[in-house]
Amino acid sequence: MAVNKTKANLRRRRMREFLDQVKANKMALTGTIVLAFFVLTAIIGPFFFPFDVMEFGNVEDILQPPGPGHILGTDDMGRDVLGYLIAGSRVSLLVGALATLLCMVIGTIIGIVAGYSGKAVDNILMRITDFFLVIPWLPLMMVLAAILGTSIWNIILVIGVTSWAGTARVVRAQTLSVRERQFVERTVSIGAGSGHIMLYHILPNVFPLVFASTILVAAAAITSETTLSFLGMGDPAHASWGMMLHYAFETGATSTGAWWYFLPPGICVVAVVLAFTLMGYAFDEILNPKLKER
Amino acid sequence: MDKKRIAKKLVYAFITIFFVLLFNFFLFRVLPGDIVSMLSRGGKATPEMLANIRKMYGLDLPWYQQFFVYLKNLSAGDLGVSFMYKKPVLDVIGARILPTVVLLGVAEIFAILIGIVFGIVSAWKRGKALDTGLLSTSLLLYSMPTFWLGMMLILIFCVYLKVLPISGMVTPGRLFVDQWAQLQDILRHMILPMICLTLGMIGEYAITMRSTVIDVLSEDYITTAKAKGFSDGYVLRRHAMPNAMLPMITLIAINLGMIVGGAIQVETVFSWPGLGSLMYNALVNRDYPLLQGVFLLSTVAVVFANFLSDILYEMVDPRVRSMGG
Amino acid sequence: MNQQKDAIVSVEDLRVHFEVRQGFFSAFSKKEPPVVRAVDGVTLSVGRGEILSLVGESGSGKTTVGKAILQLVPPTTGTVSFDGAPVPQDRQGLHAFRQCAQMIFQDPYQSLNPRHYISDIVAEPLDVAGIDLSADVRDARVREALEQAGLTPADDYLYRYPYELSGGQRQRVVIAGALILKPKFIVADEPVSMLDASIRTGILKLMLRLRDEQDIAYLFITHDLSLAWLISDRIAIMYLGKIMEIGAAEEIIKRGLHPYTQALMAVMPVPGQVREGGRTVLEGETPNAAIRIEGCKFSGRCPRAFDRCRKEEPELVEVAPGHSVACFLV
Repeated sequence: MAVNKTKANLRRRRMREFLDQVKANKMALTGTIVLAFFVLTAIIGPFFFPFDVMEFGNVEDILQPPGPGHILGTDDMGRDVLGYLIAGSRVSLLVGALATLLCMVIGTIIGIVAGYSGKAVDNILMRITDFFLVIPWLPLMMVLAAILGTSIWNIILVIGVTSWAGTARVVRAQTLSVRERQFVERTVSIGAGSGHIMLYHILPNVFPLVFASTILVAAAAITSETTLSFLGMGDPAHASWGMMLHYAFETGATSTGAWWYFLPPGICVVAVVLAFTLMGYAFDEILNPKLKER
Repeated sequence: MDKKRIAKKLVYAFITIFFVLLFNFFLFRVLPGDIVSMLSRGGKATPEMLANIRKMYGLDLPWYQQFFVYLKNLSAGDLGVSFMYKKPVLDVIGARILPTVVLLGVAEIFAILIGIVFGIVSAWKRGKALDTGLLSTSLLLYSMPTFWLGMMLILIFCVYLKVLPISGMVTPGRLFVDQWAQLQDILRHMILPMICLTLGMIGEYAITMRSTVIDVLSEDYITTAKAKGFSDGYVLRRHAMPNAMLPMITLIAINLGMIVGGAIQVETVFSWPGLGSLMYNALVNRDYPLLQGVFLLSTVAVVFANFLSDILYEMVDPRVRSMGG
Repeated sequence: MNQQKDAIVSVEDLRVHFEVRQGFFSAFSKKEPPVVRAVDGVTLSVGRGEILSLVGESGSGKTTVGKAILQLVPPTTGTVSFDGAPVPQDRQGLHAFRQCAQMIFQDPYQSLNPRHYISDIVAEPLDVAGIDLSADVRDARVREALEQAGLTPADDYLYRYPYELSGGQRQRVVIAGALILKPKFIVADEPVSMLDASIRTGILKLMLRLRDEQDIAYLFITHDLSLAWLISDRIAIMYLGKIMEIGAAEEIIKRGLHPYTQALMAVMPVPGQVREGGRTVLEGETPNAAIRIEGCKFSGRCPRAFDRCRKEEPELVEVAPGHSVACFLV
């Protein structure tokens, strides 16, 4: 139908305008490209460099420096470091993504409900949020991981359940301001219930903020997973960059100077976190044009 | 008026601590598997210990009574007995507080100072090469996991350059001529962990300080000051800085949790005998009483430090002062 | 009298009091919390298909009256009746009520959700009311509402965002949204005060046409007396939560008796009319509605106030058929 075509056309035009803005912003662009690179390698890499964390390599090959056959050398079990790295990217990125998703869902729901409901509900939810904000993150995660166990799902759960407080705060602040706008009043006047308003009116107007916040949370989630794995709470069945670093440290790669084992995973983590951070700040600028004027 | 606000904040701090205690309690009692079976699974506890624990923690009592037993024990300073060390948790912790406090304290001070300077210079020279350089460095440091930074420092300074010792606080087995020589040894061991922790914290302070100062510099009263002909340095010192410091205080408070995390990583990597590595060891060995104890201590310390910085903020914020609080 | 037999909306002694929020420790003090008496005893009615204007300055409580009628703000005491019966308070009853009584807001730039399509905004009352329609029927009703509001061809507007429309167009969208449930009563809160002068006529004409075609009654809230004169059948003058004078539009304008009405008249530009005598220009500002006032609410600023005014509060008294004034001078 003609109307639907207009709708599609308008959509396309708006998406193009948004992408143009992204392109213009160098920070966002760099971040996106770097991330795309890592995601791509994570998806297709393992086909070219297969790696199984449960397998052992050859005893003679332990901790060999980069050379023919192994571009990045071998690890403490004689396995190819590059393969390990690529396999690790899958796990690190996936865990990061899922933990971020969990964190954002919890944080957004709590933020909106607290901001819109006000009074007692708001108070209680905010006390809980403050509680999670104050408690130091690493000890909390360590304690939870110690109790729950070190499976990969537990790690995702632990990170998600402890990192939502910042998002909740930010979402709540935005909800408070959106709540006062006249179109919300209008929706109340046609008889809409709280649920309808929170879902169809508050959420869409809070979303840009949520999006920018998500990116920064993702950076933190990846750092958290890496740190937790390094400290021994990772899942041995799933190789991640953090696990690589854990084994590198445990087997003395640092003191023996086997830099090829722990430098690459670290660099990857830094690259991904940096990419997310750049994107986060850049999107903040795009979605909040006031910042550019300064 | 001031006193009322302080009292209110104190109450909130205590409520938070109460919830931390509750949280701590529930974590180890009510979660799947009661503590006795958990401990016996770990294989670290003897049958007498298990019986003792049952009695001490009143595990046959309903949970709310257990909680009171817990609180009672707590107020007597009884945090349980460590499995690993076979000593009261409080004693084990006590021996390791000092190294951590020294490390944390010095590193935090340096990080704040350097971070502030980086931030201000960056903001002032916004857009120029210096800003780009400082900002990039700060971003890089911010994105690095602290422990990995430690590993790199070890690689450079210990393995390649061989100038500093790899781990520990003292060189094992050495005898010292006098106190001074021993202190020197300790300091040599302290340099790397401290640099590591400081660098890890600089990033966030520098970036935030930069944003804050940029915000402040774009305010009208700065333009007014410049128009009046004041020198750049004067404007910076008298007008921009005082206003930029306020958010910094908030940031420092927020970061207290982060620095605990940083300390755990650094102490583990460098085997610095403080509370951080203690927590790590407790975790690896599933020494639950010790783990609980360190968690409790670090959490309460952070809550309290937050409270103090909150008060500090109230005192320093002129808007709050002039309104009579 | 004020109350008509066949009124679609009637309000009896409506009062809306807001408590001023206190700090944490005031719960322990013995003093009474200050109360803002936004609406302090208003009685009026709107007949079917009639346009009643509620005129007053900011702070007079006129918007609050409108919201109270629609139950957007809970009345503290007093009754609001719709179509002969008190407005239901239960969920289902309120739902049904809301389909018959709608509101148009002042700021067309704020009353539309910037992230929704126009078609969704206009259709939303249908969805909220739980009216189950097939996509085609829903679509048709949205178009119908848009066209009734003067936005043709409807296709052009369906998938636009609010920021792509002008102020006048947006207000028409608001009106379309109010129309879609086929209400019998609309509260219009300053619907044109934020629009350019040239656009206003269009919107006002639209409202009049809708009244003629669909027999919709309006409570037209405004601070502009000349606007009220232009569009209304009857006018009620409000000050500080009470009605000072109410009657047919011509009556109020030509033979307004209350000193406040006369002061408003005095500053109203009337083309072609030469005024005699000096103007009574009011001094001072609207007093704080939280402070309890003894006697007539207007006594503080009234140029002709005397002792009795400051002690007793005047009731609305009928001085001519359909024309009532609350003043001791009459």
